Amino acid sequence: MDKTSIPAIRIEGLMKRYGTGDAAVDALKGVDMTVWPGEVVGLIGPSGSGKTTLLKCLGAVIEPTGGHMQLSGETIYDGKDGGWRTGDLRALRRDRIGFVFQAPYLIPFLDVTDNVALLPMLAGIDNAAARKRALELLTALDVAHRAGAQVSQLSGGEQQRVAIARSLANHAPIILADEPTAPLDSERALTVIRILNDMAVQYQTAIIVVTHDEKIIPTFKRIYHIRDGRTHEEAGEGRPL
Amino acid sequence: MINLAGRDILHGWGKFLFTGVGLGLLIGVTLSMAGIYRGMVDDGQVLIDNSGADLWVVQQGTLGPYAEPSSIRDDVWRGIAGLPGVAETGNAAYLTMQIEHAGKESRAMVVGMEVDRPNRPGAPAYLTAGRPVLAGHYEAIADELAKFKLGERVRIRRHEYEIVGLTRRMVSSSGDPMIFVPLKDAQEIQFLKDNDALLNERARTAANPAFNRPGVPGLLEAVQAANAQSRMVNAVLVRLEANADPEAVAAEIRRWKRLQAYTKVQMEDILVAKLIATSSRQIAMFLVILSVVTAAIVAFIIYTMTLAKVREIAVLKLIGARNRTIAGMILQQALGLGLIGFFVGRLAAGLWAPVFPKYVLLLPGDALRGFAIVMAICALASVVAIRAALAIDPAEAIGG
Repeated sequence: MDKTSIPAIRIEGLMKRYGTGDAAVDALKGVDMTVWPGEVVGLIGPSGSGKTTLLKCLGAVIEPTGGHMQLSGETIYDGKDGGWRTGDLRALRRDRIGFVFQAPYLIPFLDVTDNVALLPMLAGIDNAAARKRALELLTALDVAHRAGAQVSQLSGGEQQRVAIARSLANHAPIILADEPTAPLDSERALTVIRILNDMAVQYQTAIIVVTHDEKIIPTFKRIYHIRDGRTHEEAGEGRPL
Repeated sequence: MINLAGRDILHGWGKFLFTGVGLGLLIGVTLSMAGIYRGMVDDGQVLIDNSGADLWVVQQGTLGPYAEPSSIRDDVWRGIAGLPGVAETGNAAYLTMQIEHAGKESRAMVVGMEVDRPNRPGAPAYLTAGRPVLAGHYEAIADELAKFKLGERVRIRRHEYEIVGLTRRMVSSSGDPMIFVPLKDAQEIQFLKDNDALLNERARTAANPAFNRPGVPGLLEAVQAANAQSRMVNAVLVRLEANADPEAVAAEIRRWKRLQAYTKVQMEDILVAKLIATSSRQIAMFLVILSVVTAAIVAFIIYTMTLAKVREIAVLKLIGARNRTIAGMILQQALGLGLIGFFVGRLAAGLWAPVFPKYVLLLPGDALRGFAIVMAICALASVVAIRAALAIDPAEAIGG
């Protein structure tokens, strides 16, 4: 974590309201969060607390209704100044945000390499360069030996590693991981968190891990608790992996 | 960029192939319907071409001899043969009937032709086996479709005929094989009554005082003899000299002979536009229905295939795939399905065409048109699935 540089994510007073009038529900009521490059932070909270809404706002999947959001020092959303600063949210997601889901959600009709290479290809990188990048990441994540395998031939842990590789494929400065260890046993869950920490350091990526998983919560050095649409920060145990 | 559609097809190729084969069989039926229509038109065309005539002279006010009954005297050809521009004439009698042979009944068109000299209009243009009819009676030439063998004896009404020659593609406008017999035999088959009817008719004539008058010996016998024989034919087929104008000769016949004369163009119009018009409309209706059913099935298949990939499409959208990438994937799959379907359909239509009871003529031009229509239908059918895919929220990949 490099706190002397620009934060990878900075959000201030982020709000999200669903519906209007009497049916309006405020899912986020002014969330503040800062995550630094190379840092893995936990985002925890009970069901309905607004974790997924916050993740969707950070992932430019839904539009907040207020507040301010910066990625790597660049304002991408300003509720007081017209909302999103870019008209192409897909390009924003493709180039600057990586996603790791609860289930790996790999594309079943692509092999392992192409699942990772797809992202750079979508960004316009030629096939050879994209596959080279994919193999580098698969090597770093210790799944290069399954590069030509079909998704259905991989174990759950291998699939999750490939999903992490995919999230890093475009050098995204931010990775949003939604319950990435939920389907895994303790050992594999800790392995995934170790990999995320290693990748954060190696690629100077900021990673936000949404989780309920009691096994991995002690591994975070910093945790954001979210409750009733508001966050508060606390230091984690940072237990060594 | 990876071809996502191709990868998806390869991943589930068995399912895709079987779906394509199923669609192909439906397309095969559609192509066969078009082939049946072409076959009907071709049957009419060969009927005209193989008759060797340039003009058809028939009873006034009729569309004979194929579309309506026509009856004219068998000596009117003499007056026609003397007209300027006429090279050759031939009487012809046509009768479509059931023929029983080897325990099976089949439909055939019996054609009476003049056998006094070769190449008279109305005689088969060529033989594939055997020889022309040489005897004045009880010899026949049959189209191969009738499945008769040389030397076989076939019973037609009261008499047996020996098959002395075989020919090919000599069929009626409804595709029934032709059996050529001497004109006198055909007249007998067509016009003569059975013995009971003849006896009855003779008794009625004898009882008529007008034919049994004293002082006029031989009148009754003359009338009886006239009733017992037929001097009628259905048409006189006319072959013109090379430089003759068919319309001018036809006009001459209409004006001076009090008969109807049709040129080749007019006869084509009668056979195609009038005789098979109802069948054509039925086939056209079937083609429209089959096209709509094909479109609905393709739309349903592609829509189902797309819905089965909701999560993958949501992930693709979330990680930044453009709408055109997703739409292109679905469109290519629909076109791929159409491509497989078309080739399977064309193959199936080609395989079952020979065993079809009707002549199925599969023209390359129709196949090309069919291919374009199938691809257009598939492209249109994919629109529903594309709309569904573009409506998928990328947030579905995140859940919550």
